[in-house]
Amino acid sequence: MSQDAERKLILPSYRRDDVDAHPPLLSPGYRSTVTRAPQQPLTYLPQRLTEVTGPLLGEGRLGELDHDLTRQHDGEPLGQRIIVHGRVLDGDGRAVPHTLVEIWQANAAGRYRHTADTWPAPLDPNFTGVGRALTDAEGRYRFVTVQPGAYPWRNHDNAWRPAHIHFSLFGRAFTQRLVTQMYFPGDPLFSQDPIFNSVRDERARQRMVARYDHAATRPEWALAYEFDIVLRGREATVFEDEDEDDDE
Amino acid sequence: MSESLGVTPAQTVGPYLHIGLRWPDGPYVVPEGTAGAFWLRGRIVDGTGAAVVDAMVESWQADPDGRFDHPDDPRGARPPAVAGFRGFGRAETDSEGWYALHTVKPGPLPTFDGDTEAPHLTLSVFGRGLLHRLVTRVYFPGEAANATDPVLRTVDPQRRDTLLARPAADGFQFDIRLQGEHETVFFAV
Repeated sequence: MSQDAERKLILPSYRRDDVDAHPPLLSPGYRSTVTRAPQQPLTYLPQRLTEVTGPLLGEGRLGELDHDLTRQHDGEPLGQRIIVHGRVLDGDGRAVPHTLVEIWQANAAGRYRHTADTWPAPLDPNFTGVGRALTDAEGRYRFVTVQPGAYPWRNHDNAWRPAHIHFSLFGRAFTQRLVTQMYFPGDPLFSQDPIFNSVRDERARQRMVARYDHAATRPEWALAYEFDIVLRGREATVFEDEDEDDDE
Repeated sequence: MSESLGVTPAQTVGPYLHIGLRWPDGPYVVPEGTAGAFWLRGRIVDGTGAAVVDAMVESWQADPDGRFDHPDDPRGARPPAVAGFRGFGRAETDSEGWYALHTVKPGPLPTFDGDTEAPHLTLSVFGRGLLHRLVTRVYFPGEAANATDPVLRTVDPQRRDTLLARPAADGFQFDIRLQGEHETVFFAV
């Protein structure tokens, strides 16, 4: 094989996650995992073309007000108005630019606008609870929404989910795809929540908790939280000279 | 290079995933009316055999020429061979656990060590009770390249057929068994 042909088949490589980075699929405290978690060990998949590429979904998917969950109806939703902002980074602290961020959440009363959510808390006619944004060139995103409420969920006796916002991220490769939840600092419901605690490592767990960000609040208008999301980084060795031309 | 940051842990999409992740055009990897397009359908069941009605499947694949319109395809990003080809599909399961994706067969792919990967889609499965996505691959029946595919070759021969779609009336069927007998092979990427 010629040197040129060999070079053409060199692929980027993404770091494999540490064992404790993500929750074990079988986490019996979260009852639904008991019948849904695979029993066989996962099979090692080398990262090839399909894994190191991925959908780069752009502006065409976004409406003008998709980032502002408080302006999607005729009136404003009830609840504490908050700004949720942050950066999408890779494991080396590099920005992940122009990547789609999707969020969804319960309303201020802890009720989802969903047929399967029937607990007796009110829906809000002015709140759907879905948002989308693209990160900018520095990996930044920003949403305006209301503080979601906690809600009961029958997993165990008197079980309540801590307030959270669901986040879905693509990154730039199939290997980086991530769905997570953002929690709020100091929530007294953490201790009894098996989903939050399915992440065994305390430091990893804290990466799902946003930081109250007084500097980003808007006086007389909204509180603010900062939530950075870290996707898997690339192995360092492969990219000696790629930084110059991979920005777009 | 800066110091390595810890990755943000995965969490389940929960039962209300449809609020945030439903796209009207989600299942359409290629538009309706595309020549050679078919439906890839399948049913997701749990360890008790019950339908998983609150899950979502996402697919990613090369175009029929085996190319990706992506800057990290070292052969060069290239607009797809099929008009409107997105490469990506997203489909939620219905009240009986079925998902459906409208796509075309991808081409075979070269590997860094001179092998050829047989045509395949990669799938992520999200759902209530899944704290992290599950990753699997869909291969197509009757492809000569399946016999030498470097990924299929690494899979326990007894379980290899869990990665093979079956012919169906309007395309192919690929069922996903999360747990237990005939459990689908899931991958660590």
